[in-house]
Amino acid sequence: MDADYAIIGGGVVGLSVAWGLLKRGLRVTVIDGDDGSFRASRGNFGLVWVQSKGMNQPRYAQWSQHSASIWAEFAEELGHNTGRAVPLQQKGGYDLHFSEETLQATVEKYKVLKEKLGGDYPFEVLGHNALRKEEPHIGPKVVGAILHHQDGHANPLKLLLALADDVRRMGGQVLNGKTVTDVEKPDGFRIRCSDGTTVAAAKLVLSAGLGAAALGPRLGFKAPVRPQRGQVLITEKLPKMINRPSLIARQVDEGGIQIGATNEEVGHDDRVTQPGLSGLAAEAIAAYPALAKAQLVRSWGALRVLSPDGLPIYQESPDMPGAFLVTCHSGITLAAAHARNLPDWLEATDAAPDLEVFSEHRFAVS
Amino acid sequence: MNTASPFLDLEEAPRVPVRFEGAPLDLPEGANLAAALLAAGVRVFRHTPVSGAPRAPFCMMGACFDCLVEIDGVVRQACMVEVTEGLEIFRPHEEGRADGAK
Amino acid sequence: MAQSDLIVIGAGPAGMAAAATAAEYGLSVTLLDEQPRPGGQIYRDVDRAAPRRGTILGADFSHGATLTAGLRHDRVTHLGGAVVWAIENGFRVSYTRNGRGGQVSGSRILLATGALERPMPLPGWTLPGVMSAGAAQILLKQSGVLARRAVLVGAGPLLYLIAAQMVRAGTPPLALVETQSRGALLSAMRHAGGALRGWPYLSKGLGLLSEIVRARVPRFTGATALAIEGDGSAEAVSFRSGGKAHRIGCDTVLLHHGVVPNTQAARSIGVSHRWDAVQHCFAPVLDKWGATDVDGVLIAGDGAGIGGAQAAEIAGRLAALGVASDLGMLSPADRDAVAVPLLRRQARELAARPFLDAAYPPCAEALAPADATIVCRCEEVTAGEIRGYAKLGCLGPNQAKAFGRPGMGPCQGRYCGLTVTGLLAEATGQTPDETGYYRIRPPLKPVTLGELAAMQDTRHDAAE
Repeated sequence: MDADYAIIGGGVVGLSVAWGLLKRGLRVTVIDGDDGSFRASRGNFGLVWVQSKGMNQPRYAQWSQHSASIWAEFAEELGHNTGRAVPLQQKGGYDLHFSEETLQATVEKYKVLKEKLGGDYPFEVLGHNALRKEEPHIGPKVVGAILHHQDGHANPLKLLLALADDVRRMGGQVLNGKTVTDVEKPDGFRIRCSDGTTVAAAKLVLSAGLGAAALGPRLGFKAPVRPQRGQVLITEKLPKMINRPSLIARQVDEGGIQIGATNEEVGHDDRVTQPGLSGLAAEAIAAYPALAKAQLVRSWGALRVLSPDGLPIYQESPDMPGAFLVTCHSGITLAAAHARNLPDWLEATDAAPDLEVFSEHRFAVS
Repeated sequence: MNTASPFLDLEEAPRVPVRFEGAPLDLPEGANLAAALLAAGVRVFRHTPVSGAPRAPFCMMGACFDCLVEIDGVVRQACMVEVTEGLEIFRPHEEGRADGAK
Repeated sequence: MAQSDLIVIGAGPAGMAAAATAAEYGLSVTLLDEQPRPGGQIYRDVDRAAPRRGTILGADFSHGATLTAGLRHDRVTHLGGAVVWAIENGFRVSYTRNGRGGQVSGSRILLATGALERPMPLPGWTLPGVMSAGAAQILLKQSGVLARRAVLVGAGPLLYLIAAQMVRAGTPPLALVETQSRGALLSAMRHAGGALRGWPYLSKGLGLLSEIVRARVPRFTGATALAIEGDGSAEAVSFRSGGKAHRIGCDTVLLHHGVVPNTQAARSIGVSHRWDAVQHCFAPVLDKWGATDVDGVLIAGDGAGIGGAQAAEIAGRLAALGVASDLGMLSPADRDAVAVPLLRRQARELAARPFLDAAYPPCAEALAPADATIVCRCEEVTAGEIRGYAKLGCLGPNQAKAFGRPGMGPCQGRYCGLTVTGLLAEATGQTPDETGYYRIRPPLKPVTLGELAAMQDTRHDAAE
């Protein structure tokens, strides 16, 4: 047996789980794709985000809140171990609104959720003038914002880098440039790759993002994940002009303003389009008019990994016990929980978090 | 002709006044702005937003983005701009410049 | 949105020749170019510059005026000062012109985006006062501006051309520091054999060299340990040559070790590229008309592989013939007949390229720079950092870009892409083809958010 765990997928989700398992002294082999693979880990928006999540499933809101609450300590440890800082700012984030109606409707929904969460949902509503004190560049079309104090943002690429570094430092085996073609379970798992590489492991975690859709059913999972394209823009590096992040724009630690994102059901097409970019630019300028003069330097399309209800899936295979499916849309927000708490669930310790609502039982067989 | 410049200027087009970082310069009308600034003795066009290192034109063909300057609040490649009368040219996003200067 | 039979991007020799030829065969052509006036880099601003500085620049330069004349055709719309930032399927081309966004559409597109100078990362190459030799050429052609105290560093015929032009203008370079060895030149000559006989560029090259020698410009060959020194701007070039250390004080350093295809636009729409081991760069995969593996996309000129201005002009005409035939304006038989003399001339133009490639190989220490040398000028990423990312599992430049930001700046990797591919290939033992290149996406050149937003609903067209 090469490893206690084989992890299929070396993005932020897979590496976070690998990191947590390695910290417990387990032997881990991560099997990763190639330079051109679809990688949500390279294309995501970088929010460590709580608000608007789990409106219909409070447990998801809680799980996100929990991860956000331990993120700083997780980032700190990664930075300390590798000498590669993972920039994180958690002083709240906005849901910006261009109409009183949408603002009020959202506030009503947040109130319902807050009650379900026993009051732990610290948000406040800022009218235009109050918002302008916080964000001097905000435009006149923004009527107000919901400021949620548990929100924040990180540098997701530096998280990916630090994880890639620390997983190796702790003795994790990472195999890059692999495509898994076949998984068998004579006793332990035998994972075969297209180049002939074979990995033997006692347990297996499938964290291959969109790749799980094809591989999952062969391991006994439903794995009903689909791609949803998000186009994202980033400007030239600018002097500090945005204080807190929102779903529309955030200023990254290097200085660029990142603007997002479209929600498009276009299959595995990760290109950008002029209409997509123009629409996002217009919205960002409506929020921050000074951005009209900023130069767009890069744009990209990335594919979200979405389940039918948008929630994560944590599921042990009924057909191949010891194989686990771990997939989510919010791999950055949930990175800390995946690193700190998922190993308890995988190892079924007393400290295992209750993830039953995230099982595949919720997907009816059609 | 600016004898302090590392560059010799053969151009004899009529000159128009512009300003670079507030300092008045007379540059050939219609000339390539990057070339005209070099000929006028400007050595540092900008400082990088990464380390603050000084930069000046490198490729002169719109590919390297080292000749970036700020005109009317927009950061542009000086090598892709033609000199017109009254241009107010700044180093991009330099600290300490009042917003009013844009 | 304006519609044409053929959209041509780039008004250098290939693009101009293609536009004129396509128009002759009855096609409507929109020619987009970043520069306000046609000519490309080789014939930069030729209509204004040739009358003023023709004696310094030489007859080869003035030839460009015959190509600009071909654009004065009813069916050619030349949009100067149009910066193309996106090409989408169909084809829809988005550009910025005079601060406004515009779009054109067409069923065929010819990319004639020419060459870039091969990145030459040496210690100190980001200092003010360090430029590419091509930049010095452009300064002279377009603006009549010359460096007073310059040292030329690198390898290749362009160094001789700019040096000779500087001599003619009365500001000879302080020194010519060449990185190729005399051995490379001699062995290249032996291998070239008959290809060189009657090749006009050989005698032209020798003519340039004798101009440089007559002006007593000091020449060094086989230079190694190159570095540009200076505190805030270039002050000297240091190197070893002939077993001795040298240091030459100067204000300007002009670097050159060859040119490579500018593949940004082609890559952005998914054209396949292959590593060319002889020219040491990536080049698109094309048929003899310049057609790529993306339907409706053709490439001509140096963007297809370095061949020089004359070969580019011929390739532009061939591509136009291919499109004209494709669109039913010319029978395949007529197309082939017209192409015969062009193909013969093209073969002659390209015959001695392998000699040049062998005689003036890229500078080895710039292909594999020392750890401390910056390779990505925009994001200031060093060669050592790239090597470190290879150790963290980066098999290709896209993961390296995610890890350390090379290629994320406004130049979009134009001046670090080949270096990063080379460094990763060296570290992983993969070939450059296996290592790959940056995924190039719009914007090909930066565009303001205001310009983008203004294109949201209405279809602006700056051409109108």
